[in-house]
Amino acid sequence: MNLHEYQSKELFSDAGIPILQGMVADSPEQARKAAKQLQGDQWVVKAQVHAGGRGKAGGVKLANSLDDVELIASKMLGSRLTTKQTDQMGLPINLVYIESGTQIKLEFYLSLVIDRTKESWTFIVSSEGGVDIEMVAEKTPEKIIKYTVDPIIGIDSNQLNLMAEKLNLDVNLKEQFITIIKKIFVLARDTDASQVEINPLIVDQNHTFVALDAKIVVEDNSLFRQSELALLKDSSQENDIELRASEHGLSYVSLSGDIACMVNGAGLAMATMDLIKIHGGEPANFLDVGGDATTARVTAAFELILENQNVRAILVNIFGGIVRCDVIAEGIIDAVKTTDSSVPIVVRLEGTNVQSGKAKLMESGLDIISADNLSDAAEKVVKSAANYKESS
Amino acid sequence: MSILVDSNSKIICQGITGKQGTFHANQCIQYGAKIVGGVTPGKGKQEHLGVPVFDTVREAKGETDADVSVIFVPAPYAAEAIVAAVDAKIELIVCITEGIPVQDMINVKSKIKNSNSKLIGPNCPGIITPEQTKIGIMPAFIHQQGSIGIISRSGTLTYEAVYQTSKNGLGQSTCVGIGGDPIKGLNFIDCLELFESDDQTQGIVLVGEIGGSDEEKAAEFIKRNITKPVVAYIAGISAPSGKRMGHAGAIVSGQEGTAEGKYEAFRKAGVTTVESPALIGETMRTLMA
Repeated sequence: MNLHEYQSKELFSDAGIPILQGMVADSPEQARKAAKQLQGDQWVVKAQVHAGGRGKAGGVKLANSLDDVELIASKMLGSRLTTKQTDQMGLPINLVYIESGTQIKLEFYLSLVIDRTKESWTFIVSSEGGVDIEMVAEKTPEKIIKYTVDPIIGIDSNQLNLMAEKLNLDVNLKEQFITIIKKIFVLARDTDASQVEINPLIVDQNHTFVALDAKIVVEDNSLFRQSELALLKDSSQENDIELRASEHGLSYVSLSGDIACMVNGAGLAMATMDLIKIHGGEPANFLDVGGDATTARVTAAFELILENQNVRAILVNIFGGIVRCDVIAEGIIDAVKTTDSSVPIVVRLEGTNVQSGKAKLMESGLDIISADNLSDAAEKVVKSAANYKESS
Repeated sequence: MSILVDSNSKIICQGITGKQGTFHANQCIQYGAKIVGGVTPGKGKQEHLGVPVFDTVREAKGETDADVSVIFVPAPYAAEAIVAAVDAKIELIVCITEGIPVQDMINVKSKIKNSNSKLIGPNCPGIITPEQTKIGIMPAFIHQQGSIGIISRSGTLTYEAVYQTSKNGLGQSTCVGIGGDPIKGLNFIDCLELFESDDQTQGIVLVGEIGGSDEEKAAEFIKRNITKPVVAYIAGISAPSGKRMGHAGAIVSGQEGTAEGKYEAFRKAGVTTVESPALIGETMRTLMA
């Protein structure tokens, strides 16, 4: 779960990680009021969206007067921001963050991630701050410094000293830097964060480190014990269908093609998308109905699939293990009857109770195309989608 | 022979009195798995599914001399359950539970590394040696005793590979579902090594998916150490970057973890790959001919 910059900064502030003064606003008037309250003669107005690359996309703007603040906020609020990390639709800007201006003397990159390869936390630091870190890693890998924390020992001061030395920090900055690193580690553990990122971490005119940006990603599996953070979820930043799917216990990802699929199991769902592609089609979604799919869940899945106006055919691929094929068949029949759609449906059933499942589909008298195996299913659904396109 | 488990494996089930634990432990018993006890804190001294229930793993181990534990404990308590099994010196721990916080798994993994226990999972279907023992949630009837070792990060996709190798008359020596989480117990390499030295195993099917770099490491390992034929399939060639595809570990981040990169690594290592999941069984049969 992503947190907004303003939410992350509040957590930073509580943890004692230095930030600039700032306030969040949901209207141009409030933005002006916030700027006035923050004082000074220069402010930065920042769009609060769950995506990086805001600066280049026009989501971070400098304002030199209160009128400026109000004008920028009025342009941002209610619009959508498209960055290189979003899709073409972009994300809605419902909030802006107003921050005091500052001078930047030095810029660094600092992040802490759960590193699956090392099976622990890894700090990533670079003297190249404020830019795309993946680009830095690709072009000048020598400028990336990494330190993996030993989960038994915890933070090792010697390693922190080494990092600070590599960054050429003077004694004063070194001390500040080490304090920040330690505080970030505590914050990450306390919040079950899978990522804490500061880009850039700057040194200002007072020779002080300040986190100019802040990003925290709370790991989804931990939300049951992070109930306060779970309340910070901003649904407006999520894909609407994906959000509703998760409420039904379905795992759904929107894609750009026209062949929908409904599968039990994440791996098989991906494999089904791959098959569609190999046979010349384009998948419209990833959809895992889970290992314990019920009739109700299958119906909900169908309704969600059909909300996508691009869908020209549906492939249902079920390998019955714990879930029985006859139960799935009943779900399909129910769903087809209630949704009353003319989109062709290809069904491939295999596994537990497959015969009675297939028989149920046959007896229903519904126009459902049955497939014998994976390749057959993919071929039939790609063909059905093409025919449906022509006829509609 | 087989790897890790056989008909002699003595198994306890942590979470045996829960709904999932009851259902699946019963299925395992039906298959012939030697389940000798269960663990549910606070429910000791009872009997469930015809076996004794204990309050702690240590007690269960002491009374039954079990060497395997299968865990059906809910995610909030599952990490603790694994650690309890490690502390009780259980040799093989199979954790089925999905949704364990990754931070907990960092601690579990460092604990495992400093012990003699092996962990399979979490977020996995378990392990089965056909006609000997079943320790997990896989549908038993698709399996057939035979010569192919199967290692997979996915559940139902494993069943697909199993089904295809059965249909092609090859059967399986042992099938290990290593799980879909980013931080997990046994990995491809560990299982490849075991299959290489197992007499019954004549060929190996490896089912990977997007995310991380375990497949790349496996490719390198196969090139150097594996003499038996391997067929590799990677799910997610059509998956977009930055989106989590169901499994916590199935996500492409930037350039890392793409299916293309993984296929490339296998091809470079001279491993036979299939881009269609429908061709796993057939391709293996051709290699074995």
